[in-house]
Amino acid sequence: MEYVLRTPISEQEVRMLRVGDLITVDGLVVTLRDAGHKRAIEYLKSGRRLPIDLSGLILYHMGPVVRMGERGWEIVSAGPTTSTRLEQYESDLIKKTGVRLIVGKGGMGAKTAEACKRFGAAYAIYPGGAGALAAEAIESVEKVEWLDLGIPEAMWILRVRGFGPLMITIDSTGRDFYGERRGAIEENMKRMLESGGLWR
Amino acid sequence: MLTEEGIRRYVVELIRAAATHLPEDVKASLRRAYELEENPLARRMLAAILENVELAGRRGRPICQDTGVVMFTVRAGERFPMLRRLPGILRMAVAEATREIPLRPNAVDMLTGENTGDNTGDYVPWIDWETVPGEDYAEITVLLKGGGSEAASGVTVLTPSAGIEGALKFVLEVVKEAGPRACPPLVIGVGLSGTAYTALCLAKRALLRGMSSHNPRPELASLEERLLKAVNMLGWGVHGVGGGATALDVRMEASHRHPASLAVGVVASCWAFRYSAMRIRRGKVEFLVHRFLNEMEAA
Repeated sequence: MEYVLRTPISEQEVRMLRVGDLITVDGLVVTLRDAGHKRAIEYLKSGRRLPIDLSGLILYHMGPVVRMGERGWEIVSAGPTTSTRLEQYESDLIKKTGVRLIVGKGGMGAKTAEACKRFGAAYAIYPGGAGALAAEAIESVEKVEWLDLGIPEAMWILRVRGFGPLMITIDSTGRDFYGERRGAIEENMKRMLESGGLWR
Repeated sequence: MLTEEGIRRYVVELIRAAATHLPEDVKASLRRAYELEENPLARRMLAAILENVELAGRRGRPICQDTGVVMFTVRAGERFPMLRRLPGILRMAVAEATREIPLRPNAVDMLTGENTGDNTGDYVPWIDWETVPGEDYAEITVLLKGGGSEAASGVTVLTPSAGIEGALKFVLEVVKEAGPRACPPLVIGVGLSGTAYTALCLAKRALLRGMSSHNPRPELASLEERLLKAVNMLGWGVHGVGGGATALDVRMEASHRHPASLAVGVVASCWAFRYSAMRIRRGKVEFLVHRFLNEMEAA
């Protein structure tokens, strides 16, 4: 199925999404990479508030190319980074913030899938490397926080319109598209090696 | 005569071309993958990639926000007049390109984690040197190597009894493990050699050989084709969503090996295979990959 979603996204909306759905989103997207996740978890564990309430919003695994223009920050290129590096933090973040949609590339692991199921969230991929296309969907930089972590690692709060195509690979039933595919690919490899015909 | 500053400006333009304009042969290869693709999700991903490539070129924006580690290969004639200055020129050009294009600052101190902010640092930009006896030109190739694609890099030293079959199997394992993380469809360079170091050097050389160029030795050319077919039969496809395009190309280089070791190196690029090259000779510059820049020069 194909959907257009707007933030804030409700639990009901996110629970409707299934693996393989394509979506486009409008609204607020917040970026965090490794150092940003680490700090966010430290904040949440010590009871401090994050600079923005992530409830119903979209978390994007991304570190942009930016330019300081006359009207402030401009996002020049903004494709996703590899999400597996953030697996160790994401289930806690979902649990403590109520973030509804996580966007990155390459998929995430079992702990995140479990958190998506329990707390009502989903994970989607944006086509990796499509940085110029993603930047085109960013209407404005609402705010930037934690710039001391460096430009890629800072928390960028972005207003987007028509951000997509996003493809759901973990849904709130706990299904994990890449996990299922990995099994099929191991089988393909085994068959190829057993037949042995490719090398001769 | 080209001044130091003149060369620096040309190198900035070389980096700009690599970051914002995907080489024509890479684009053609992606278009072919799109035309052949039957999986509807993979087609959507490829369509987004092609749209992104067009948009980046038109807007002069980096194709991918990960503008990578900046790596140079210099084939330097021994009579090239600016030889001694070249390392400094390349370094300054990278800092300038980072500000101007802009590129993402990607040079992080190994121990403190501090970002230098301009893509220069210890051993970055990396420069591979090759001297060309008797010549008066310098040929500069730049490669922007994104972090994700390193998931599909690897090296191993097998015993010769593993044979070529063992070597090919290792490449398949690397691609299989990397899966969607490396941003397939990949462009894969493979080096077969006697040591881990030389295998990786040859793999990088194979990667930079240019799209769909076969190894001149027919047996190796045939292995390239069969390995490409095998990689695509794995089934990961574009961004791991399935379909036939896990790799756009596989290129191989081989050296003689040590009697006791068969080393295999894999250096892969994501679909955004961003490189460019130019030759400086007697005060004139010729762009060898982004040829449209030569016409702009003439006009």
